[in-house]
Amino acid sequence: MKLRYFAWVRERIGKPEEEIELPAGIATVADLMTWLSERGEEYAYAFENPKVIRAAIDRAHVRADAAIMGAREIAFFPPMTGG
Amino acid sequence: MATVRLQRESFDAASEAAQLRRGRGDIGAIVTFTGVCRQDEAGAPLVAMTLEHYPDMAEAEIARHVEAAERRWPLLGVTIIHRYGRILPGEDVVLVVTAAAHRQDAFAAAEFLMDYLKTRAPFWKHIEFAGGGRVGEKVWVDAKHADDVLADRWLPGRRAAE
Repeated sequence: MKLRYFAWVRERIGKPEEEIELPAGIATVADLMTWLSERGEEYAYAFENPKVIRAAIDRAHVRADAAIMGAREIAFFPPMTGG
Repeated sequence: MATVRLQRESFDAASEAAQLRRGRGDIGAIVTFTGVCRQDEAGAPLVAMTLEHYPDMAEAEIARHVEAAERRWPLLGVTIIHRYGRILPGEDVVLVVTAAAHRQDAFAAAEFLMDYLKTRAPFWKHIEFAGGGRVGEKVWVDAKHADDVLADRWLPGRRAAE
């Protein structure tokens, strides 16, 4: 599963993307953020306020309770400031 | 019917609107909105604004918004151009052109599309400030709650937006 990070989420984690093996028991986007937070300080810093983090699965917006099973690409980013 | 482009380079709003309307006797209203980079952010002058984006998602997401607008209003044409990369004060950032038989539809669709571009298109702005102790500082712009409120007006059941 490919993870992608944008804006200050990417800066805090220190990389734009990575491939991960998803451990069992991670069902939702929220679960994934919790699991990522435990991987290291930089991840904990990026996800310190999970309510502020937005996610997309396979390039479509999803909520934190969305199931991640079957996802090919999951992206995490701050609220958008386009336009 | 719709044109959606992401690009680094600037665009010519008048030329895009002209292309949209060429040969179309059924168009009675064209709305052309341009978003411009102001020379200050939160009161402080800036040197440049840079737009990061999620390329694969941005086009798909903007296309979804355009489809939603086309379902909601009887549009005869839509063009959206969104720049990314480094942008200087005074330069154009985003273009929304909508065409319809009548003005209410063209105006409403343009506003709807801009409200959604502001809140759901995957772009993130950061600013290089010009001075006042912030020189060289790279600052990410925060999303504005006010933009979320504007986008929420278009949700089903919010009659005021119609």
